[in-house]
Amino acid sequence: MATVAEAATRNAALLPRPWRVVAASRESHDVVTLELESAAGETSAWQPGQFNMLYAFGIGEVPISFSGGDPRRLRHSIREVGTVSRALAGLVPGTLAGVRGPYGSAWPLDAARGGDVVIAAGGIGLAPLKPLVERICAERNDFGSVSLLYGARTPVDRLFGACLADWRAQGIDVAETVDHADAGWTGQVGVVTTLVRRARFDPATTRAFLCGPEIMMRFTALELERAGLAPTAIALSMERNMQCALGWCGHCQLGPWFVCLDGPVFDWPRMRELMMVRGL
Amino acid sequence: MKTLDVVIAEHPFFSGFDPAHTALIAGCGRIAAYQPGEFLFQAGLPADDFFLLRRGTVALELEVPGRGPFRFGTATAGEVIGWSWLFPPYEWQFDARAIDAVGVVRFDGACLRGKCEADPVLGYAVMKAFAGVLVDRFIDTRLQLVDVYGHRG
Ligand SMILES: Cc1cc2nc3c(=O)[nH]c(=O)nc-3n(C[C@H](O)[C@H](O)[C@H](O)COP(=O)(O)OP(=O)(O)OC[C@H]3O[C@@H](n4cnc5c(N)ncnc54)[C@H](O)[C@@H]3O)c2cc1C
Repeated sequence: MATVAEAATRNAALLPRPWRVVAASRESHDVVTLELESAAGETSAWQPGQFNMLYAFGIGEVPISFSGGDPRRLRHSIREVGTVSRALAGLVPGTLAGVRGPYGSAWPLDAARGGDVVIAAGGIGLAPLKPLVERICAERNDFGSVSLLYGARTPVDRLFGACLADWRAQGIDVAETVDHADAGWTGQVGVVTTLVRRARFDPATTRAFLCGPEIMMRFTALELERAGLAPTAIALSMERNMQCALGWCGHCQLGPWFVCLDGPVFDWPRMRELMMVRGL
Repeated sequence: MKTLDVVIAEHPFFSGFDPAHTALIAGCGRIAAYQPGEFLFQAGLPADDFFLLRRGTVALELEVPGRGPFRFGTATAGEVIGWSWLFPPYEWQFDARAIDAVGVVRFDGACLRGKCEADPVLGYAVMKAFAGVLVDRFIDTRLQLVDVYGHRG
C-alpha cells in the first residue's frame, strides 16, 4: 500500500498548474494556436517533440505537443475534434488552462547534424514538427539539404502558411501537396509520399522526422526505406489515447511501449512491426 | 546542347536503361514545350504518345459533367505521364494540362511500340519501368481514398 507521502507525491504529479492564455490565433477552420504564460511565473524546459497535458477546467485533459514558443511562453496548436480539444481551442486571452508537463521523448535532432534532413508532416502533424524546423533554421549551417514535405487534406486545411514562406527564405526546401483540390489550386495534388519520391537528398546521410496520421507515417517510412534510408534514421511521433502521461494507467500502451514515457517520438524499427498489427 | 539520348538517359524514368536501348528510344522522341493552361492530352482523343517531364508541373484531371475539372493528381519534372499508348484502344481517359511552363520529351507511342515488339528485351525493360510507375500511382490513389486527414489526424 502506498504511504501517505507516496500518495501525496503521486497526486502532485497529476496536479495541473495554471497557465494563462495570452494569445489565441486561428490557423485554419479547425485549428487554433494558444500562447500560454504561467500564472505563477514558472518556466518549462521543453524540447521539440515533447507534449503537455492541457486541461480545460471542468471539461477534461488531453495531450498536445509543443508547436513553438520558449520556456516562458508556450505555444500549442490544437485541432478541434471533440469535447476537450474544442473547449481548449475556444479559450480566449485572459483565461486559464491547466498544464502538466513537459512529457515524452524529443526529436533526435543532434543525430542529424552534418547530414541531410527530410521532414514529412501530414495535417496537424506539422505542429509538433514546427519547433524542430525552427531550431534547424536557427542552426541552418549544421545541416545539409533540408526538405520539408507537407501534406494537407485540401488547400483550406493548410497550416502555418506564413511560417512555410519564412522557412523557404531560410533555405528549407518546402514542398506541399494536398489530397484534394479544385482547379483554382496551382500547387501539387496527391498524397505526401509522392513528395518523398520528388525530394532530393543523400540517403546515406539523411535523417527523417515524420508526424501525421499513422497510415501516412507508415507509407512515408516505407517510401524512405525504398529511397535507401536506414530504418534507424527514421523517427516518428505516435499518437495514442492517453490519460496520466506518467506511465501509470496504461491507456497509451503500444506493444511493449508506453507512448507517454518511451515516446511519443520513436525510431521506425521499434514501430515498424507494431504498425502492421491489425487492431493495435 | 545535349543530344536526345543523353537527355533521356539522365531522366530518372530511364535511369538504369542500357545505353543501346536509350539510343533506340530516343529515335521516337522529340523535345516539346507547353504554356500554362495548354493541354498535353485530353480524354477521348487518340493516345499516340507519352511524356517525360523535364520542367514544370502538369495537372491530371477528369472533367466531371456539371462540376468542371476534378484534379486528382499532379506530375512534375523527373516523372513520366501517359500509358494509354500502351494498350488498345489507345485513347486518353483523362486530361493532362500544364499548370506552369512545362518542358517535356514527347514520344511517339506507335514508334516505341514497334521497337518493343521487335526487341523483347527492350520491351520488357520499358514495361517494367511503366509497371513501377503504375504501382506507385495505384498505391497513391488508394491512400488518397483512405482520406487519412478526414477523421483522425
Ligand atoms: C503525444 C500526443 C501529442 C498530441 N499532439 C497534438 C497536437 O499538437 N495538436 C492536436 O490537435 N492534437 C494533438 N494530439 C491529439 C489530441 O490529444 C486529441 O485530438 C485529443 O485527445 C482529442 O480529445 P477530445 O476530447 O477533443 O476528443 P474525443 O472526444 O476524445 O474524440 C472526439 C472525436 O475525435 C476523434 N479523435 C480523437 N483523437 C483524435 C485525433 N488525434 N485526431 C483526430 N481525431 C481524433 C475521436 O475518434 C472521436 O471521434 C496529440 C496526441 C498525443 C497522444
